Amino acid sequence: MKSLRGYLDKIKPKFEKGGKFEKFHSTFEAFESFMFVPDTVTTKGTHIRDANDMKRTMTVVVLALVPALLFGMWNVGYQHFLSIGQESSLWQTFFTGFISVLPIIVVSYVVGLGIEFAFAQYRGHEVNEGFLVTGMLIPLVLPVDVPLWMVALATAFAVIIGKEVFGGTGMNIFNPALTARAFLFFAYPSYMSGNEVWTHGMMKGEGIIDSFTGATPLAEAAAGNINNLPSVSDMFFGFMPGSIGETSTLAILIGAAILLFTGVGSARIMISTVVGGLVMGLILNIFAVNPYMEVPAYQHLMLGGFAFGAVFMATDPVSAAQTANGKIIYGFLIGFLAILIRVLNPAYPEGMMLAILLMNVFAPLIDHYVIESNISKRLKRVKVQVKVQE
Amino acid sequence: MSSEKEPLFSSKNIKLITEPLGSSNPITVQVLGICSALAVTVKMKPAFVMAISVMVVLAVSNVVISLIRNYIPPRIRIIVQLVVIAAMVILVDQILKAFVYDISKQLSVFVGLIITNCILMGRLEAFAMGNKPWPSFLDGLGNAAGYSIILLIVSFFRELLGSGTIWGFKVIPESVYDFGYQNNGLMILPPMALIVVGIIIWIQRARNKKLIETK
Repeated sequence: MKSLRGYLDKIKPKFEKGGKFEKFHSTFEAFESFMFVPDTVTTKGTHIRDANDMKRTMTVVVLALVPALLFGMWNVGYQHFLSIGQESSLWQTFFTGFISVLPIIVVSYVVGLGIEFAFAQYRGHEVNEGFLVTGMLIPLVLPVDVPLWMVALATAFAVIIGKEVFGGTGMNIFNPALTARAFLFFAYPSYMSGNEVWTHGMMKGEGIIDSFTGATPLAEAAAGNINNLPSVSDMFFGFMPGSIGETSTLAILIGAAILLFTGVGSARIMISTVVGGLVMGLILNIFAVNPYMEVPAYQHLMLGGFAFGAVFMATDPVSAAQTANGKIIYGFLIGFLAILIRVLNPAYPEGMMLAILLMNVFAPLIDHYVIESNISKRLKRVKVQVKVQE
Repeated sequence: MSSEKEPLFSSKNIKLITEPLGSSNPITVQVLGICSALAVTVKMKPAFVMAISVMVVLAVSNVVISLIRNYIPPRIRIIVQLVVIAAMVILVDQILKAFVYDISKQLSVFVGLIITNCILMGRLEAFAMGNKPWPSFLDGLGNAAGYSIILLIVSFFRELLGSGTIWGFKVIPESVYDFGYQNNGLMILPPMALIVVGIIIWIQRARNKKLIETK
């Protein structure tokens, strides 16, 4: 550690203004503050400083994603061996998943960080940390056999059109990871929906056994086969086809616990999203005119991307609502709309992505009205006081 | 009226044509006529026909309005302008239906909607009402050309990436598809047209800093 610090100190002057590598200042800065606590010191006034800067916050989110990632890798292998009708050991299963998921993660990080560094360099500001999380979220919301060039293209689209044109991290109106997913969903639907895409090797048709369809529970439900839904414990633990990180509600709950314990994720958004989903589910249960509407409301929370979206996507601090009451409205509508789209619109078997993107757009409006109503409430109080004084 | 006769292509008149192509482009700078730019740019052929139609309508109605500009009572000028545009649009629409029926079908309502295209009303109101026929004619041509150029650029990228063709001819070879390449379905949808227009605006402003608004 000490020798690294010494080395960084030695080469630092070259990256300062007037140094040899002045142009690469932001790159150096990024690596230095990635390894060590930033050495910037406040010079004016009194400040309360916290060691928890943006890089640490992002690291916590990445840590919270690890359970979902590990389970996702295992599940990729599990579904693969299920589809070809072979037994496999735990390690074999995990390793199969590992080598099919790893390239997606590498591509997502290399492309995304490359663009981030290029923009930071060109515009002369610091490299933003936001992509550390986005780069991990993108692979987790994709099907496992998506071609790598599509991952690269979607990542580039998300970073440039979803983020940099608005001014970089902290300015984006949409969640970048979901922008990437939406891009792929509309640009290359044959790789993002259907029954074959969710299981590794199935699109190439590697010795599939007949009883294995590869359909996600939501696709089955949308087709009206609700008897084919997995058991509740399978839903909870995640033994079903789906995007890499979304299947296991348990792993996501562990991540949620980490986010809530460290205070990084917003409990209001998570809870209100779940409540919103439950309310819509119950409303549908009451009418129950087709088999899909009879799916119990609590099961909806464990199917598809609902849990993943509620914990990791809706809580994105940049694109979510900022006010306390606004967060509740925002979360509730996400859950509500997600189930509504999922059940009532046959064109979109999963509504979570669209619901979150839609509410991202409305978040500033919600905040505006929450603040307005606060102001008018306080104004009323002021007027009352004035009258008493008179 | 100036006693000295101005040459037909004086530098002032040339500017009327060249400026709308760049620094005062109706789409990328004034952000007018976006609706039709998004709707008709899936393929290059319809975009080209649309561009020609707008050019004819704009140039002719600019001249007509400019000829009668001194006889139009100011309070009903908008109605008069609309009547002229509408007559031209119906003419163009009928001609398209007679000679290029297929493309006229693809363009569907958007030829008719030229009537509501903001570029036309804008030019009639801002230029033809106060200028002589010849400059008005050039102004109409210039602005329609500015509109056309963006339409063609956008439709070029949308057709190339969305359908793998240009002007209806296949340009992306089959071997690339065998390699795993896919046409981008998002390019065919209108949102991507908006994004492509946005990127053009971005590039234009990055190159011409004068266009960036100061706060």
